[in-house]
Amino acid sequence: MAQISINHLFKRFGQDEVIKDISLEFEEGEFIVLVGPSGCGKSTLLRMIAGLESISSGEIYMDGKRMNDLPPKARDIAMVFQSYALYPHMDVARNMGFSMEIQGKNNDARQTQVGDAAGILGLKKLLARLPRTLSGGQRQRVAMGRAMVRNPSAFLFDEPLSNLDAALRVEMRLEIAKLHKRLATTMVYVTHDQVEALTLADRIVVLDHGIVQQIGTPMELYETPANLFVARFIGSPTMNLIDVRIQQGQLSIAHAQNTIDLPELPGQDAARHLGIRPEHVQPVASGKGHLQGTVEVVERLGSDSFIYVQVEGAGQLLARSSGNTSLQADQPVGLTLDPTHLHLFDMQGQALV
Amino acid sequence: MKGLLTTGRYLAVLGYVLFALFPLYWLFKIAITPEKLIYTEGTALWPKFTTLDNFRQVIFYSDFMVYFKNSVYVSLGTAAITTVIAAAAGYAFSRFQFRGKTLVVILLLITQMFPLLMIIAPIYKIVAGLGLLNTLTSLIVVYTAFNVPFATFLMQSFFDGIPKDLDDAAMMDGCTRLQALRKVILPLTLPGLAATLGFIFTAAWSELLFALMLINSNASMTFPVGLLTFVSKFSVDWGQMMAAGILALVPSCLFFIFIQRYLVKGLTAGAIKG
Repeated sequence: MAQISINHLFKRFGQDEVIKDISLEFEEGEFIVLVGPSGCGKSTLLRMIAGLESISSGEIYMDGKRMNDLPPKARDIAMVFQSYALYPHMDVARNMGFSMEIQGKNNDARQTQVGDAAGILGLKKLLARLPRTLSGGQRQRVAMGRAMVRNPSAFLFDEPLSNLDAALRVEMRLEIAKLHKRLATTMVYVTHDQVEALTLADRIVVLDHGIVQQIGTPMELYETPANLFVARFIGSPTMNLIDVRIQQGQLSIAHAQNTIDLPELPGQDAARHLGIRPEHVQPVASGKGHLQGTVEVVERLGSDSFIYVQVEGAGQLLARSSGNTSLQADQPVGLTLDPTHLHLFDMQGQALV
Repeated sequence: MKGLLTTGRYLAVLGYVLFALFPLYWLFKIAITPEKLIYTEGTALWPKFTTLDNFRQVIFYSDFMVYFKNSVYVSLGTAAITTVIAAAAGYAFSRFQFRGKTLVVILLLITQMFPLLMIIAPIYKIVAGLGLLNTLTSLIVVYTAFNVPFATFLMQSFFDGIPKDLDDAAMMDGCTRLQALRKVILPLTLPGLAATLGFIFTAAWSELLFALMLINSNASMTFPVGLLTFVSKFSVDWGQMMAAGILALVPSCLFFIFIQRYLVKGLTAGAIKG
């Protein structure tokens, strides 16, 4: 188990600055997810922690020990790659025991350790197989087993599930959660999938353009996004955003005559964007509620219905109601917004408290 | 209809194989034809009598074995040295970014631009200046110099085919970069190494131009130059020349049989990707 500190970290490729002044503290045994769109620097950050990428400036500490100039082998970290990166010419057992082979551990110790990890991951029957004869999910398990055998003080995962199909992804996600519970080792996990982030993380770090946008527990990020980027990125379906204006406590939609009659908005005159999650928008009878619009599309998922409503001046809003709805396309409808779940953002996209 | 198509396909392949192998057959046919029949029988497909005299002559009464030994020495030496250099350079090109990389690549390409005839004179001068004329070492040096650029690009493409994640994974597993290269990357590059070895070996084995220019003592002649000794001022000893040609094929064949299993692996390399 390890505690990891990152201090004012920078990474430059020539003129490009891909990591910009990142400082983070990961506690012992914590499951941290680095999330962001592609190109946000999350994988680079992970590789810098691993020692596979050099540090332009700043420091990385593990348990108080400076890691900057240590090669990967000296960091006591295991990594699971998106491509699995299994050694094609070695069977499963040798793949998993390779780190011990390099350390010169004897055969018995290797077999015991590999056997233990294989038992946990259900790989016992596959030990003599070559990677190319395995399915995607099995390869993923072997890659995790290889990391486990090392018994490292921290695990790094680089988008480990993105090469799997949807069903398998859910299954492996659960396995990783179980693995973390069992091993209680510090894990740093990179993904672009916010569902993985929300379901796995103790804390999530949202990155964009090499800058930390917000750090917090999944529910903190979901309920109080620090800025528009996080608000858009976290949550599926995404948060509704409406351009608004507040004058004398009166909220009005920017490009229409509509005013939204919501009480208690003192001192928020700077607000320019109103965010509200689909589950906090409820369809009501036409003529009632805060906004009036027309139903465009209804998506019925059984457990929920997604109702896409076109509102003049505000664009398309999504309402989510549980169960099946009787609403039909092209029907006029009113929408109520839950006033306790409004998110207001200023011109720069920063959240207003 | 389908059967017809298959038959047609086999016939086409058969036609091509016959076309490609016919010169070899002719080589063999002349080699076993007694000398007095070569001119009298014309283009008969099989001689009335056959003989191994030509082979006997070549092996026991000519300098052929010396040429042969020289050629093996030069070809193996060139193939080994070139492959080692090309593998190292190819790995560097594939895995590292370094200052001047583009320049080195351009220079390597430029060396391939000149017709060999153009640089014979300067090469001769350099080799003479070094006192290496009439030595097999000079041939190994020159062949290596010529083959390294192409072999480097060949090896680079093989290394490029191996995901970088494997280097990273090996280093995360506790390898140094060299250990990762030796234990993970090189075993996966064996087909590439075999292909490069084979290619360079064959190129060196059949090279005539430089061997002719740089060597003129009988003791250091390689096989292709040696073949010319069967052509004298007044006659050509066809039978012996063909017999020598057949014998010269032997090491190439052996070499390819030896590396064949790696080459076949190379053809199916896609299947081993992680």
